[in-house]
Amino acid sequence: MVFPKNINKKKKHSTAKEIGGKKLFLMTLPFLIATFIFSYVPLFGWSFAFFDYKAGHKLLDTNFVGLKYFLVPFSNPILRDDIVRVLRNTLVMSFLGMATSILPMIFAIFLGEISSKRYRKAVQTLTTIPHFISWVLVYSVVWSLFSINDGLVNNVLLKFGLIETPIAFLGTSKNVWITQWAYGQWKNLGWNAILYISALTSIDTELYEAAEIDGAGRFSKMLYITVPGLLPTFFVLLMLSIGNLLNNGMEQYYIFQTAMNKEYIEVLDLYVYNQGIQGNNISYATAVGMTKSIISLILLFTANWFSKLVRGDSIF
Amino acid sequence: MRRKLTVGSAIFNIINYTFFGLFTIICIFPFYYILINSISDNSLVSMGRIMLYPRGIHIENYLSAFKIKNLPQAAWISLTRTVLGTLISIISASFPGYTLSKLEFWGRKFWYRFIVATMYFSAGIIPVYVTYKNLGLINNYLVYILPALVSPFNLILCKTYIESIPPSLEESAEIDGAGYLRRYTQIIFPLIKPIIATIAVFAAVGQWNSFMDTVLYTSRTRLFTLQYTLYLYLREASALAEVLKTNPEAAANIDPATLLTPTSVRFTITMLTILPILFVYPFFQKYFLKGIMIGAVKG
Repeated sequence: MVFPKNINKKKKHSTAKEIGGKKLFLMTLPFLIATFIFSYVPLFGWSFAFFDYKAGHKLLDTNFVGLKYFLVPFSNPILRDDIVRVLRNTLVMSFLGMATSILPMIFAIFLGEISSKRYRKAVQTLTTIPHFISWVLVYSVVWSLFSINDGLVNNVLLKFGLIETPIAFLGTSKNVWITQWAYGQWKNLGWNAILYISALTSIDTELYEAAEIDGAGRFSKMLYITVPGLLPTFFVLLMLSIGNLLNNGMEQYYIFQTAMNKEYIEVLDLYVYNQGIQGNNISYATAVGMTKSIISLILLFTANWFSKLVRGDSIF
Repeated sequence: MRRKLTVGSAIFNIINYTFFGLFTIICIFPFYYILINSISDNSLVSMGRIMLYPRGIHIENYLSAFKIKNLPQAAWISLTRTVLGTLISIISASFPGYTLSKLEFWGRKFWYRFIVATMYFSAGIIPVYVTYKNLGLINNYLVYILPALVSPFNLILCKTYIESIPPSLEESAEIDGAGYLRRYTQIIFPLIKPIIATIAVFAAVGQWNSFMDTVLYTSRTRLFTLQYTLYLYLREASALAEVLKTNPEAAANIDPATLLTPTSVRFTITMLTILPILFVYPFFQKYFLKGIMIGAVKG
């Protein structure tokens, strides 16, 4: 008699759990629906790439054109030049970022060499501020410093007679890649270094003591203990940046874009925006964006696979 | 243990201290420069005479700024979207984070993956735009705050944090008959405050700084944010001239020291847009720092 009763009790308990589980699901449902609407539903928009989609028309009323918009850059010389130019800009900016992604690590190592704790803290705090400023404000700051009419730099140069006429720093197509990269460094170098600064503290201090006993100097300790201690962090970030090779965002470039520098500043995301929303070539822009998304996903998984191969650990 | 300073080491120290000193100045001088220009004599500012310290200090610019057409509205939009967007971010990260930490959640594994997967793909600008259009979110204030309902990364942070809380804390409440919602609001939420603070600070900065959503999804002036309004002023000298023309206060004011000029308006609006960030930064610095550490931990 005791045995079935027990089973009965257990069953009752599990149904209570089941009801609880359904309740939890129902309470979370609004968030799941939001996720579906905001992240999954837009994926259906990829179908525009296969139709001659015009804004305001129903998709079914438009002509199915298959891969036309994916192939058109190969046959249309204007679009081909566009794609080549935009890809060049995207890759140059990404590679500039990757090539200099060692800078935050160097920043952290050298900052760690400063013995005054207060100085170190002050530098760390103040150099992080630009990270929290929007790109529009960076633009305003740049304008205040480099504008042709009333920029600080031109004012100073004129005042000391170093130049006769103000220099048009902003209204030029020269050095776009370098200047855009420099704005990014100004904004994010201090911030990116924080990760390494925290990784510094996790290096075993015994290593330093042992090296000191062995007669290692300051620089050899940096080179043989600190640098290897930070490399894993560097590697993970580098792999992530490979996954983001084609995604350099568009806010910065949208804001700094002018008729003058468009040739060099238009990256993939910006191109998709200019074509799709400004130019109303919705199908073509979707095809470009879709191709980009898929390549990015492949890059991310390749980087992850590579990371597993090299370090035996995945990056995400 | 203090080591003896070799010559090489001493030279390195000097270079090192100088470099960091210079870089720090480069990082913060522009803000100082904009500040002193926004409070100095406007005629001197127009001539580019204010470089290192303010002269003819006055706060007329800030008082006049509130009379500039569209600016108070833009400030209001920025402020409310920051408050509402942050609140939604907190709830959408912590509540599903809590429910999905419960093993009995119906189809838990599937739904968790359903959410996490969204971190790795994006439909792209155009499909998202068309979706928003179909939802009636174009030129709608809700476009600023509803997307905050989806924040998989923060949700993972909350879920991981909640899972580290000893279940015994919740069990006693469960025995007392408290439902999930009660346990979430009265036990879990107070316990996860540290992570909530970090999420809130980042969400708030993100909302305040948000720019592209205005560009992409709105064309009505009354929905423009402070960031976007500043951008318009920077891009179009004509827009600025228009502002000054339609501002009778500025036209009537003949004192050149306080007369609004395009330059002074630019400096002042820039300062007004930066100030909230600069104000909260010292208080929330530890959360900002915590944010990047958490971000470094794998989800």
